[in-house]
Amino acid sequence: MVSELINANPTVYEKKERRARNPPDDVDEYAVEPIDQQEIFDILSADIKDPEHPYSLEELKVITEDAIEVDDKSSYVRITFTPTVEHCSMATVIGLCLRVKLMRSLPSRYKVCVCYYLVNQVDIRVAPGTHATEAAVNKQLNDKERVAAALENPNLVDMLDECLAPSYE
Amino acid sequence: MSLIDESFELREIQRLEGHTDRVWSLAWKPATGIGGVPAVLASCSGDKTVRIWEQSRLTGSFECKAVLEETHTRTVRSCAWSPSGKLLATGSFDATTAIWDKVGDDYECVSTLEGHENEVKSVSWNASGSLLATCGRDKSVWIWEVLPGNEFECVSVLQGHTQDVKMVQWHPSMDILCSCSYDNTIKVWAEDGDSDDWHCVQTINESSDGHSSTVWALSFNSSGDKMVTCSDDLTIKIWGADIMKMQSGDGIAPWKHICTLSGYHDRTIFSAHWSREGIIASGAADDAIRLFVPGEND
Repeated sequence: MVSELINANPTVYEKKERRARNPPDDVDEYAVEPIDQQEIFDILSADIKDPEHPYSLEELKVITEDAIEVDDKSSYVRITFTPTVEHCSMATVIGLCLRVKLMRSLPSRYKVCVCYYLVNQVDIRVAPGTHATEAAVNKQLNDKERVAAALENPNLVDMLDECLAPSYE
Repeated sequence: MSLIDESFELREIQRLEGHTDRVWSLAWKPATGIGGVPAVLASCSGDKTVRIWEQSRLTGSFECKAVLEETHTRTVRSCAWSPSGKLLATGSFDATTAIWDKVGDDYECVSTLEGHENEVKSVSWNASGSLLATCGRDKSVWIWEVLPGNEFECVSVLQGHTQDVKMVQWHPSMDILCSCSYDNTIKVWAEDGDSDDWHCVQTINESSDGHSSTVWALSFNSSGDKMVTCSDDLTIKIWGADIMKMQSGDGIAPWKHICTLSGYHDRTIFSAHWSREGIIASGAADDAIRLFVPGEND
């Protein structure tokens, strides 16, 4: 693993207050509710730690609720993530964390698409080859054979489990 | 009556349970399921095993006859029977290819082919059963010669693909090998008449009407003058070559694009196969299986 932190001083955002959920009185308590954006957001942001920092990915603005596209009827979810660092090896690990977290939390009928997106800011020059890197990371993250083979690598799984381990506050 | 006038229906006859992880591939054993010989099927899985299923003469149900285990140490990704049905080759993420032979009622691993640097993705026997091809994430295609006593010798390591090679398939009648890859291309490999050296004789990329994303599978029709490929780009493509020219020893005829089938699947198409009767079956991540037949003018 890298000996120095790549992103030593990340910008930390405040955790968003969770919307209170008040179901209508006449709703059947045992009915299965369709999975929506907030639920996916809750699954992802609660316990995933950036591999380099103790803060959650939500606090680092890696995932935002509007970066989640979910259609429960067609069992499809697409999440776009933007790591604070452009280092592609971290992007792949974060992407895999997100995919594994979703795989473990959602019904098996779900099709998951994980997209890595590099923020294009006007006053920051985008490094050459950036879009190529983004495309390369996305191709790997969405190749089910590559993902399956990667998840058979015990070192990688250990790293992912560490990122996904619940933090007790 | 041509195929287009017939109506087809896929009917599930049985669900085979036993594997404890994803089933990646299957292969029907040659010369079974016909002439009174019960059909036999091999399946391979993420549970590191291969299962052999046989249709019961009495009930017509498929039963698991053997579990080939304790050999591969990772997912078994691909399996293929030799043309005579005597041997079964299995390719695994553990970077090896195992060769199995039936001894009595059991299958024994009689040889282990090593050489790939990482996951083996596909295995394929040539029409005569004298050669075996394997490919993998290390971007290479290996050709192995079958020697007496179940010995295998590597005769060539083909480099050319720039990424993970997903599948290899031998032509049904000639010793021509095709491979398809994560690099979005399809390559055709043949032996140089004089020197017995294998080399790439054609690369089909996006600019030659090829695919724009990973090509997952390819399959030849029974006469070998056409092949079908499918891709992450959501299309199925049909290719044709002048086989007569090739068979007459007039050099290698290039594969040319015939048509592209799009709009039938809205997720990655992982599998395409051309049946003996001329039906193309495709399987995709949209959980659909589609059957295609040639139209009147095709």
